[in-house]
Amino acid sequence: MTNITDAQNKNNSMNIQSVIRALGMLPVLILLAVGFQLLTGKFLSVNNLSIVMQQASINIVLAAGMTFVILTGGIDLSVGSVLAASAMGALIVSLVPGIGWMAIPAGMALGLMFGLVNGALIALLALPPFIITLGSLTAVRGIARLMGEDTTVFNGQLPFAVIGNGSILGIPILALIALTVIVLSWFILRRTVLGTWIYAIGGNHEAARLTGIKVSVVLLFVYGASGFLAGVGGIMSAARLYAANGLQLGQAYELDAIAAVILGGTSFVGGVGSIWGTLVGALIIAVLTNGLILTGVSDIWQFIIKGLVIIAAVSLDRYRLKSGSRT
Amino acid sequence: MTPQEHPLLEMRDISKTFGSVVALSGVSLTAYGGEVHALMGENGAGKSTLMKILSGAYTPDAGGDIRINGTPIQTGNPKISQANGIAVIYQELTLAPNLTVAENVFLGNERTRRGIVDRAAMRDETTPILERLGVKFSASTQVASLSLGERQLVEIARGMSRGARIIVMDEPTTSLSSSETEKLFDVIAGLKAEGIAIIYISHRMEEIYRLSDRCSVLRDGNYVGTLEHDELNAERLVSMMVGRDMSTFYTKEHKPHTGERDIVLSVKGMTDAALVKDCSFDVHHGEVLGIAGLVGSGRTELARLIYGADPAVSGKVFLNGKDVTPKSPRDALAEGIAYLTEDRKELGLFLDMTISDNINISVMESDSGPGGIRRFGKEETRARQSFENLGIKSPSAKITVGALSGGNQQKVLLARLLEAKPKVIILDEPTRGVDVGAKSEIYRLIDGLAQQGIAIVMISSELPEIIGVSDRVLVMREGVIAGEISPKDGKAIEQEDIMRLSTGPSSGPAGNHPRQTAPAQAALS
Repeated sequence: MTNITDAQNKNNSMNIQSVIRALGMLPVLILLAVGFQLLTGKFLSVNNLSIVMQQASINIVLAAGMTFVILTGGIDLSVGSVLAASAMGALIVSLVPGIGWMAIPAGMALGLMFGLVNGALIALLALPPFIITLGSLTAVRGIARLMGEDTTVFNGQLPFAVIGNGSILGIPILALIALTVIVLSWFILRRTVLGTWIYAIGGNHEAARLTGIKVSVVLLFVYGASGFLAGVGGIMSAARLYAANGLQLGQAYELDAIAAVILGGTSFVGGVGSIWGTLVGALIIAVLTNGLILTGVSDIWQFIIKGLVIIAAVSLDRYRLKSGSRT
Repeated sequence: MTPQEHPLLEMRDISKTFGSVVALSGVSLTAYGGEVHALMGENGAGKSTLMKILSGAYTPDAGGDIRINGTPIQTGNPKISQANGIAVIYQELTLAPNLTVAENVFLGNERTRRGIVDRAAMRDETTPILERLGVKFSASTQVASLSLGERQLVEIARGMSRGARIIVMDEPTTSLSSSETEKLFDVIAGLKAEGIAIIYISHRMEEIYRLSDRCSVLRDGNYVGTLEHDELNAERLVSMMVGRDMSTFYTKEHKPHTGERDIVLSVKGMTDAALVKDCSFDVHHGEVLGIAGLVGSGRTELARLIYGADPAVSGKVFLNGKDVTPKSPRDALAEGIAYLTEDRKELGLFLDMTISDNINISVMESDSGPGGIRRFGKEETRARQSFENLGIKSPSAKITVGALSGGNQQKVLLARLLEAKPKVIILDEPTRGVDVGAKSEIYRLIDGLAQQGIAIVMISSELPEIIGVSDRVLVMREGVIAGEISPKDGKAIEQEDIMRLSTGPSSGPAGNHPRQTAPAQAALS
């Protein structure tokens, strides 16, 4: 009828939708956790939950970076390779006598650098993110192998090993890092101008440019952040393993990160989504992996089930986009 | 009106509620064969709902019925509506551009022979329909190569191939050039002569006067009344639509300062690589300069060059005598040049973001604290003031902008521009897709901005609007400024003057051609 009641009605239905959107996959996560508890009787033990958090933490960090990228309507396929290269870099520096602690900044700087190169190619040359990061997925994997002359680099006296294996107040340090990354990401996305620009670019790229938003700076930031967080992931991974291998480390990690973001309800075309959703998405993947192991499902079936869950989630995403369609 | 036993179409006592919202209550509409029946009303008045009920997309509430030649038909079934000769041409065309005209005409209804698509048969059946419509393209033309107007004719051909007797056209001329509009009107005249009933939805008065035999008006889901062709006049229609008297539809209270020293924006020799050639003009303090011209004459392209949205080959932009030629929209905004896009959904708004974010987006950066942390208090104040100043109607600034009506969306976009405190505003089709009431409000806003001393450039395809709002009018044709028209000796600008300049001597109607050869800058007095 009038604009006001019209908008009010839409407002109400939008509130419901936004609640559904915000809750998103949380009910699925809780159902899975309860289900595995019933099946195994030990899933919800403090000890096991701590293991789940530890297993989820690296993917959470990668998925946080991926959330930035996907919110702008892009994609970063290179994070697994960047993680491997950063881990290699960190281990190599850790072996240099006297400057072992430099390993952490070195790993992060390496990740940031690869991310910025991705961002520069995408933002300044206006090349498609899928193709650029597919290229760097391959190239950086090669660089990671080159760094260790295609061998496994090992450091039994790793100076930052505490990151991978220590805990504070019973919470694994890896999980604390992951949570810190999520909170910082939330702050950037929801409380800063930069975050709003990220949503704006994903929602309407050309309108963002016409509004005076520095589109290339924002793109440089999101790919830089994704690379940097892959670097952090590399350090976390190295700290757990005391070793890094350019060939195997981080293989297909980008797929888990993307799956976490999509499971979390972030739209694949950008502009809509939240970091909390990503956290829930990454936890679902970790719970599935851990729970399936506990129930004794074979490795092969784990793959099949995980894949099916991702497809179901994407269907749900489509359905949600459809029901919450713009007028 | 005609001595027929039954009208071709009768919709009686149609109501439709969505949840608690009454979209239509007891609306009736009749149409006779060979009649153009116009349907008017503000956005949200229920026109589209009524037509969706006619097409079978919606089921009406119990109590009403639809009769064809006096026989009630089943409602809420698109197939049955189609079989009864009802065809609806929507604003958003439903053609597949990669297919031929014939394939589109028979889309979903393909002729087959032994299970194989029979392209020859479809072509042969399409050709006579195209001939009846008098079009230039053939059945085997690819739709991608057709203009928007031609594509609309393909939609009409599709309806006719299914034996349509009642054709609904929903704002068919919105994106057509004036020559295409003329072509469409010829087609409509032809359909009328064949005894087809046409229900014609439009916001444009001139079209209604020209085409319609009768005009019915809806308001807030209610039937207001029907006027015969001879009774049609703008004031009466507008007051029926908005439910109040609108003696002052256009507002022009501002007084431009037109001295040499009052020039705010000066564009010199603007040229791009494709269309725009050597365009120069000045806009004064508090002046509204209209830019008229056909679709495709380069008006939007020129505006985008001035705003730095597209790269110019040559040309400069001066603001208060200073060269500020922008390289990007960001530069332009920083200097005080704002641009309202003609396509607010594709190029203007962030539909998933809140109204407040949409208003604040371009000033968020300068409002923010250290580290770019947003100051929500400041943003809220700006949003609240915008609501007040522009009369944005919404229960909250925190809902997504996509939920607003066209007029309110346009105001949100205007609010965003004004937050940047511009000295010059370029408005590109500021009332496109906006209902009558909101149109009048937007004219008043434009007038108010001019009173504040802002220099305004307004691009518009609606001649009454451009004459009603502007102090001077530039006319563009094929990328150059074909001439300038100002009111002389208290005499208002005539639509004919603008039309003559926009179509040019070669394509103008016989009788008044060779006067202007229209070099750039030729001032017409």
